[in-house]
Amino acid sequence: MKIHEYQGKALLARYGVRVPRCLPATTVEEARAAAEKLLAETGGSVVVVKAQIHAGGRGKGKVHKGPNVVARGVEVCKGGADAARDAAWRILGGKLVTLQTGPEGRVVRTVLVEQGVAIARELYLGMLVDRDTRRVVCMASTEGGMDIEKVAEETPEKILKVWADPVTGLAAHQARWLGFQLGFTKDQTAKFVPLLGALYECFTREDCALLEVNPLIVTVDGELLCLDAKVSFDDNADFRHPSWAELRDPSEENATELKAKEAGLSYVALDGNIGCLVNGAGLAMATMDIIAHCGGSPANFLDVGGGATEEAVTRAFEIILESPQVKGIFVNIFGGIMKCDVIATGVINATRKLGLRVPLVVRLEGTNVDEGRKLLAESGLAITPASTMFDGAQKICALVRGT
Amino acid sequence: MAILVGKDTRLVVQGITGRFGSFHARQMLAYGTKLVAGVTPGAGGQTFEGAVPVFHTMREAVSREGANASVIFVPPAGAADAILEAADAGVSLVVCITEGVPVMDMLRVRRALEHRLNRDLTLVGPNCPGVITPGQCKIGIMPGHIHKPGPIGVVSRSGTLTYEAVGQLTHLGIGQSSCVGIGGDPVNGMDFVDVLRLFNDDPDTHGVIMIGEIGGQAEERAAEWVKANMKKPVAGFIAGTTAPPGKRMGHAGAVISGGKGRAVDKIQAFQNAGIRVATTPAHMAETLQTMLK
Repeated sequence: MKIHEYQGKALLARYGVRVPRCLPATTVEEARAAAEKLLAETGGSVVVVKAQIHAGGRGKGKVHKGPNVVARGVEVCKGGADAARDAAWRILGGKLVTLQTGPEGRVVRTVLVEQGVAIARELYLGMLVDRDTRRVVCMASTEGGMDIEKVAEETPEKILKVWADPVTGLAAHQARWLGFQLGFTKDQTAKFVPLLGALYECFTREDCALLEVNPLIVTVDGELLCLDAKVSFDDNADFRHPSWAELRDPSEENATELKAKEAGLSYVALDGNIGCLVNGAGLAMATMDIIAHCGGSPANFLDVGGGATEEAVTRAFEIILESPQVKGIFVNIFGGIMKCDVIATGVINATRKLGLRVPLVVRLEGTNVDEGRKLLAESGLAITPASTMFDGAQKICALVRGT
Repeated sequence: MAILVGKDTRLVVQGITGRFGSFHARQMLAYGTKLVAGVTPGAGGQTFEGAVPVFHTMREAVSREGANASVIFVPPAGAADAILEAADAGVSLVVCITEGVPVMDMLRVRRALEHRLNRDLTLVGPNCPGVITPGQCKIGIMPGHIHKPGPIGVVSRSGTLTYEAVGQLTHLGIGQSSCVGIGGDPVNGMDFVDVLRLFNDDPDTHGVIMIGEIGGQAEERAAEWVKANMKKPVAGFIAGTTAPPGKRMGHAGAVISGGKGRAVDKIQAFQNAGIRVATTPAHMAETLQTMLK
């Protein structure tokens, strides 16, 4: 689960991490008032208005309104509160297109109005779970403000890494080593060590999946400040973080994926035209692969789970059929615990309820398979049975091609 | 012989009074698994299915019933603690079925067990279907009846894809020595190499099907190990060739991030190691069969 920059910064601030003074705004007037307040409190003359979307590359991204590009995703405003108001007016409600959003972009509903700071140096900090070493890895680089994946690819030696022991946590000496490697002075390193410690504390206590500060800056006064905060959480830990419900922004999530999640289904939208209904994540991925192998293109990943009920199957059908691009459906079930006759009943009821406007191929295998196949055959519905997943994939691809 | 579990396995079900735990405990009993105890804190003194004593703690289950393996059906919030309780009680095999264990919990569990794993303690999972030695012992949630005793080992990160491979093998008349689902989480217990090592040393295993998927580097490490050590034919499949980058495909660990963990690289690694890769997931058993001849 991803959160916005302004939420991430508020989270970091709770752990004592220094961030610039900033206020989120959802309307043009709020943005102007926020800028006025920040300018008065800091005595500065510059504020920055930043679009809040769940994707990176905002600084170089362009805000579109209709056919026009009206702003960058991040606007530096030197003309006081009115300039900030103007920037917010251009950004809010616009579609921000960045390298990470794809050409369709994201609608900006919130901006963050932030105190402008004089930057001496920009650095990169990141933390994530390294599955190979089974440790939280802390990464730092002098190449701040840049696309870090590009740095990792082209100049991997410029990314410094230390691994925290889950028992002792991140050791001060590890942070100190990173600090001196980054070229910090003694004073700056003395500030960097507790900063990194606080970030690690935040990462582990809040069950983060990713925590990225790009850039971490050194101000002209020699202070360290987190100018950005990209935070995502480990979905598995949501049971112990009731506060995540408030941080969630449903408008940033795929509406269909959200609906599937509420129904207890695991769903990912893809851009093909063959809807898939499968039990088990591995088999669901493999079903996509075999469709592609047979010359088709999957419209989705959908795992109904190991113990799916008749209702779950019906919901899954509804979700698949909501997409107008779907020209055929392939149901691929290896019934273990899940009995094939139950699945067959679910498929029949869902088809009767929703109507069948596209070809449907069903492959059933496993417990009570004969009963399941019999039910489908006797249903009187235009369901094409398949004996194996290969047979099923070939059949649905042919039906969708119209051959 | 087979690996990990067999006729001498004496199993405890942790979370035996829960809906999921009790259902699968009955299935395991029906398969013939020696289920000697159940554990649910607060339910000690009960008897499950009129035959299996239930205890408050793992220590009692081990000391009173001589259990040497446990299977965990405890909800995510208590799963990490259940693993540690089983390890502390002295069983040598812990199979964690639970899906949705926070990765931070697994980091701590792995660290706590660091000096014991693959010595006196084996952890399988979490988020896995379990381990079965057909005809002898089933620990987990796999459908027992699709299996058949025989010479092929199966190891996989995915549950239903394991059943698919087993179903294909049985359909061809080829049985299985043992099948191990190592689970779909990014941080877990046994990985491919740990299981392959056991299959390599097991005289009753004559070939292996290894099923990987996108995310992480476990398949690449396994391929290197196979190239250097494996004496038996290995056929493989990697799920997720068509998965888009950055999207989590059901399993917590199945995500391509930063250009790493792609299916195409894993397939290449398999091929470089002499592992024959099935062209589709419907041809896993046939692919291995061509190597056995």
